[in-house]
Amino acid sequence: MIKPVMLWTDALVFLLLAVITFFVWTVYRHEHLAAPWRKVGHSASGMAALVVLSCFVLIGFLDTLHYRVSIPGKDGKTTYAVEVLSALDAMVGPLRTQKEKTYSAPLATHLFAKETLQGADGREIREFPRLRYGGAGLKDVRRDHVPDVLQRAALGLGAGLLLWMLPVAWVCRRVARRSKSGLRAAFLSIARRETQVPWHAILLAIGAVCIVASPMAALASQYHVFGTDKVGQDVLYLALKSIRPGLIIGTLTTLVMLPFALALGIMAGYFRGWVDDVIQYLYTTLHSIPGVLLIAAAVLMMQVYVENHGSLFPTTVERADFRLLFLCLILGVTSWTSLCRLLRGESLKLREMEYIQAAHAFGVSHARIMIRHILPNVMHIVLIAVVMDFSGLVLAEAVLSYIGIGVDPSMNSFGSMINSARLEMAREPMVWWSLAAAFSFMLVLVLAANLFGDAVRDALDPRVSTRKAVPAAPAKAAA
Amino acid sequence: MTSYLIRRAVYGFFILVLVNLLTFALFFFVNSPDDMARAQLGAKRVTADAITKWKQERGYDKPLILNTNSSGAGVVTNTIFFDKSVKLFVFDFGRSDQGRDIGYDIGTRMWASLAIALPVFVVGLLVTVTFALLMTLFRATYVDFWGVVICVAMMSISSLFYIIGGQFVIGKLWSLVPISGYDEGFSAFKFLILPMVIGVLGGIGASTRWYRTIFLEEISKDYVRTARSKGLPELRVLFRHVLQNAMIPILTGVVVVIPTLFLGSLIMESFFSIPGLGSYTIDAIQSQDFAIVRAMVFLGSVLYITGLILTDISYTLADPRVRFE
Amino acid sequence: MSAPLLRVRDLRTWIHAGENVVRAVDGLSFDIARGETFALVGESGCGKSMTALSVMRLLPEAALISSGAVELDGVNLLALPETSMRDVRGGRIAMIFQEPNLSLNPVMTAGEQIAETLRRHTPLEGDALEARVLEMLDAVRIPDAKQRRHEYAFQLSGGMKQRVMIAIALSCNPELLVADEPTTALDVTIQAQILELLRDLQKERQMSVLLITHDLGVVADVAHRVAVMYAGEIVETADSGDFFAAPRHPYARKLFDSLPTANKRGRPLAVIPGAVPPLTRVFEGCRFVERCEHALPSCSSSVPAWIALGAASGVRCQLYAPEMKSGLPAESPTASAPAQSTSAQTPVPQAPELGAQMDASNALLRVNDLKVHFPIRKGLLKRTVGHVHAVDGVSFAIPRGRTLGLVGESGCGKTTIGKGVLRLIEPTSGAVLYDGEDLIGLTRKRLRERRRHVQIIFQDPYASLNPRMRVAETIEEGMAALGVGEAGGSRGMGTERMARIDALLVEVGLPPDVKFRYPHEFSGGQRQRIAIARALAVDPQLIICDEPTSALDVSVQAQILNLLKDLQARKGLSYLFITHNISVVEFIAHELAVMYLGRIVEHGLVDEVLREPRHPYTRALLSAVPDVDTATQRQIIRLQGDLPSPVHPPAGCHFHPRCPQAMPHCSVRYPEMVLYGATHSACCHLDSHGSARKA
Repeated sequence: MIKPVMLWTDALVFLLLAVITFFVWTVYRHEHLAAPWRKVGHSASGMAALVVLSCFVLIGFLDTLHYRVSIPGKDGKTTYAVEVLSALDAMVGPLRTQKEKTYSAPLATHLFAKETLQGADGREIREFPRLRYGGAGLKDVRRDHVPDVLQRAALGLGAGLLLWMLPVAWVCRRVARRSKSGLRAAFLSIARRETQVPWHAILLAIGAVCIVASPMAALASQYHVFGTDKVGQDVLYLALKSIRPGLIIGTLTTLVMLPFALALGIMAGYFRGWVDDVIQYLYTTLHSIPGVLLIAAAVLMMQVYVENHGSLFPTTVERADFRLLFLCLILGVTSWTSLCRLLRGESLKLREMEYIQAAHAFGVSHARIMIRHILPNVMHIVLIAVVMDFSGLVLAEAVLSYIGIGVDPSMNSFGSMINSARLEMAREPMVWWSLAAAFSFMLVLVLAANLFGDAVRDALDPRVSTRKAVPAAPAKAAA
Repeated sequence: MTSYLIRRAVYGFFILVLVNLLTFALFFFVNSPDDMARAQLGAKRVTADAITKWKQERGYDKPLILNTNSSGAGVVTNTIFFDKSVKLFVFDFGRSDQGRDIGYDIGTRMWASLAIALPVFVVGLLVTVTFALLMTLFRATYVDFWGVVICVAMMSISSLFYIIGGQFVIGKLWSLVPISGYDEGFSAFKFLILPMVIGVLGGIGASTRWYRTIFLEEISKDYVRTARSKGLPELRVLFRHVLQNAMIPILTGVVVVIPTLFLGSLIMESFFSIPGLGSYTIDAIQSQDFAIVRAMVFLGSVLYITGLILTDISYTLADPRVRFE
Repeated sequence: MSAPLLRVRDLRTWIHAGENVVRAVDGLSFDIARGETFALVGESGCGKSMTALSVMRLLPEAALISSGAVELDGVNLLALPETSMRDVRGGRIAMIFQEPNLSLNPVMTAGEQIAETLRRHTPLEGDALEARVLEMLDAVRIPDAKQRRHEYAFQLSGGMKQRVMIAIALSCNPELLVADEPTTALDVTIQAQILELLRDLQKERQMSVLLITHDLGVVADVAHRVAVMYAGEIVETADSGDFFAAPRHPYARKLFDSLPTANKRGRPLAVIPGAVPPLTRVFEGCRFVERCEHALPSCSSSVPAWIALGAASGVRCQLYAPEMKSGLPAESPTASAPAQSTSAQTPVPQAPELGAQMDASNALLRVNDLKVHFPIRKGLLKRTVGHVHAVDGVSFAIPRGRTLGLVGESGCGKTTIGKGVLRLIEPTSGAVLYDGEDLIGLTRKRLRERRRHVQIIFQDPYASLNPRMRVAETIEEGMAALGVGEAGGSRGMGTERMARIDALLVEVGLPPDVKFRYPHEFSGGQRQRIAIARALAVDPQLIICDEPTSALDVSVQAQILNLLKDLQARKGLSYLFITHNISVVEFIAHELAVMYLGRIVEHGLVDEVLREPRHPYTRALLSAVPDVDTATQRQIIRLQGDLPSPVHPPAGCHFHPRCPQAMPHCSVRYPEMVLYGATHSACCHLDSHGSARKA
């Protein structure tokens, strides 16, 4: 028996998903809204990035489904374990539970440092101790280690390639059906990059994901693919767990700041006069405080608050979750100003547009003008800002956590990984794998976000695209 | 112009007032001085005496905003708000919670911050503008394409990795310069090279892309076509016409940063153990010294507002439309 | 005949827009002789600007010259390396552009921009260079050249900027000047100045000019030879005189017919049905065939050949093929019979002439002493230091079912009046009496009830519709806000409003099924129709038309003007028609008010004001309008300088500093209104003091 647990950030993630679903549905129903997104769909780099991003989002989402395991009580009452787990924990099971004693290199079978061991004959010898779980199934470690690793990797690769065939086949069939041609012709047209949707890029991205993920999965059951950290935790597991905080900060921050930025920005630009003065005064003030310091101050105060009101946060998970949410809030406070300024500028321009003058001539109310006329016409700015901000926030999380004002130390994140890895670099011999894992996961995530963001901006920003009016659709009407 | 600048300065003053109110609210309404004392003294079961003593030593034993026990001006002045916030306006930063003189600390440490931040800023600006101009010159070719690709890749790497990687490769593997540390005077140079290179490198991706966008927007304007119709070579069009006009949007983003260079860079200074204001702030954050954080918030706002006013002044130099208003 | 200076042969310029290729210029050939002004005329999107840029090799990045030759003195410019081409640009061929506001570098002084060209193409330096710059500024008749040399673009008026552009272009004595719509962005009086300047300089320097324009009047004014472009190719070439006497191509004729003039007032303007075909397609027949009323069956199946008619003229139309003998029946372009029009438009019944007197009691709208002043704030405390006198005491009345035309140059305050009447801009003082009730001072709620009686349509068809709203939503908005028709349930709008929207769309000449579309699917003219439908949705009695046709091509303008007239006749609407275009007013208005610097200087029935202008400004304005009727010799009254600033209007008569007939006391007192009849009045000292008047 399990009992689902809904943390604050979980709830907001679901809210965000609902918002996104609603948005996608609206876009889908309106041709003119869908048109620029179709352009995103035609960008090869954007779509490949989207594939990679979806993998991260999937992992993050699995990590959001929290629950507690039931412990059968003595007198028939079930109690629940204190530890809050997530669907991701359940899926990667052994990665979480199989803890070594301390550092071990990637795919190693022995610990990284020599220890004094009691030999079979009772003498003390200094040797690399055998890992508890890494390569545990090997009979003769010295002989079987490398062949076993290679064999597993090859198996994983093969499985990955097979797995890749599924989407390839599906896409070929789809293209063939659409263009009413044979499968072969469809495949060739994809390979020659002739399809309008860049299927070649999408399939290559899926292929890359399969080829990387599948051998990793195959090896992870027996080895620590990225080694273990100081307390023997599997680094791959840490990296996977770090994805959720990164995504949460990248998305929820925008979600919490968006209503303020939108309302204040549009009001400032639309009403001008004293409303504008007050709003400008407000955001210039907030902007004048160095962001890091404001965050630092706020997080410090929050820490004191949590310490003094410990009863409000019974578990560490809840405390860490509250801190994450608070971090999103305060990051939102520091980052809404630039979007607000952009929106103000655009609203200033829009309010002079003739269709808004025409609405005034009908006596349409201010609220209605702002909602019906201005809001839809600034949405592209909002979307661009949201997508472009994402990668910056993921990077910011790492820096803040490094300084010690980021996520709770008990929560895994890229920042805390880098923070601990920093000292490991100074060790002799060097422990490089935590850093390598954090680096590669972050690079892939942020790069994908940046590429997707670029594609979105290119498609939505009227300044980038060449604006061309489509002349005379109903030609007969012109007469 | 002068009256405009005075207006901006007055505006800046009001912003500082709000900044002060905000930080004050943040620090003292969420947590009472008692809470802070308890957090500072650490243990859960501290005696009331210890708290009172802690508060007394640091001047937290007064009412927050209004002192009803006092008379005359004392109603306002004999309060925590006055002590801790209003005095900042005359740059009286007071003492830190650990008892150090903040004003003195800032005065001695800001030069180290500047020594690293200024070269990074100047060299970074030159390098990125040059790259962006090159990409604009070769727009719609492979140079531009791969330039953008490299920029996106570079801006996708966390600044932490630049520092760690740089320290590892240049400092440890090649042993060209010391990994970290600082010295007075000219001998600081060898310590500053590495952070400078890393600082410049870390900023290339995002800045180059930003300047490129500005240049490309400028180059699509009509006056550029006029310049070409005169038969001017492309380089002259780029430097004489495009660059000069692009200065206006560039200045908006650049000049405002200059005063805040004094604040230094938090992570750079902490990684390279440079005794500047950045590492000072980090230390304060990590030791939860509220007085220093408060002072730095105020100082940061002052410098930002100075930057805004400098931006206004720089416009008059770059843009005749502003100059002759 | 000597070899031409410029020979363009079979030029093709293609623009790559996504997957489509737009054949903007498709097989263009023409010659320009030395010392000749050659006009390339056509409506927007016909490829004329692309031709100019192709000659200069200054095309935007998406455009490519795919084939052809551009020979300057026998040297093919398209084959030159870029470095040699740069010697040609600015040296032998120079160019001026449409938007003087955008074409000058904002951060360089005027003199520096001229000097830059000189330094590039001549060895001049130091004082010699300086002298040459001043000489050029003098040549384009810029007063105070010494001082203006150091001024920036934003300090110069539109006309001055275009003069500086001309000075830049001509500084190195080019053999060919390419002028791309050089006066389109300027007011008529300034346009007259610039055209005169261009004509004089061309004569003086024996320079060739390639003039690109959409304005047949401008062509008639300055061109020696004319080529008409349509959909990427030249359809007719002729000497200017011949062309204006008898255009040959059916398209050219239609263009003339759709020009609004006074003598067409009683009947609808001819319109060209349909729209310019998209240039992405490959043509198998004549490009004009779908819109041509003389089309033969063979026109749509075979591409018409170029038929030379004489040394320098020709036409691309099968009707002129030798075997056809006759061609099109000759007819005077300005007096085409309306019966020929096969347009879908029904003949417009003329609103009954209401007689000469303006019956004050019958006025639907009466504006009394309307003032709109904008405060200028400056200094430390942002105190008001002055006012822009945008509208400074204007009175007029519009009877039911009539049109008052309000003309004036940009900055005279005419648009502000329109918005002031609707209180889109809050007037400073005065009264706006609608049906006897003063709109000024009404509360927001009371005003809203009045709003359904007065509506407005705007100039820019692209800005006047919200791109995010369907046509039906756009039209419904007013009805919803003012409670016209029953409101719909939760699912969209009610059937009554739906039916009304359908009816409105039909009324403005659009099929009802367009209501679910978004604005970007429509052309400029269609958008303007939708904007009219939106205004009509609340059944207004008065519509303020703020330059509704200025952004449209002539043929589309004709459609909209016809529609407006038709609606007036059927619904008895009144219009306040604000425009800078005199010929449009001539066609549509009953009464006319001429504005100068925030005040009405002359007012009367259209015929009175246009036939017998009393105010010197009106006369100058009318004389400056380029006329396609080349037979009548007109004398342009040249005005000195530019419109003064409305912040500090000149003392006395606002017009006196520029007035050719100014008298000493003109600068002392603003003239009283003088009546010249029951309906005609003007504000001028010339008559009020009984001084001798030279007509």
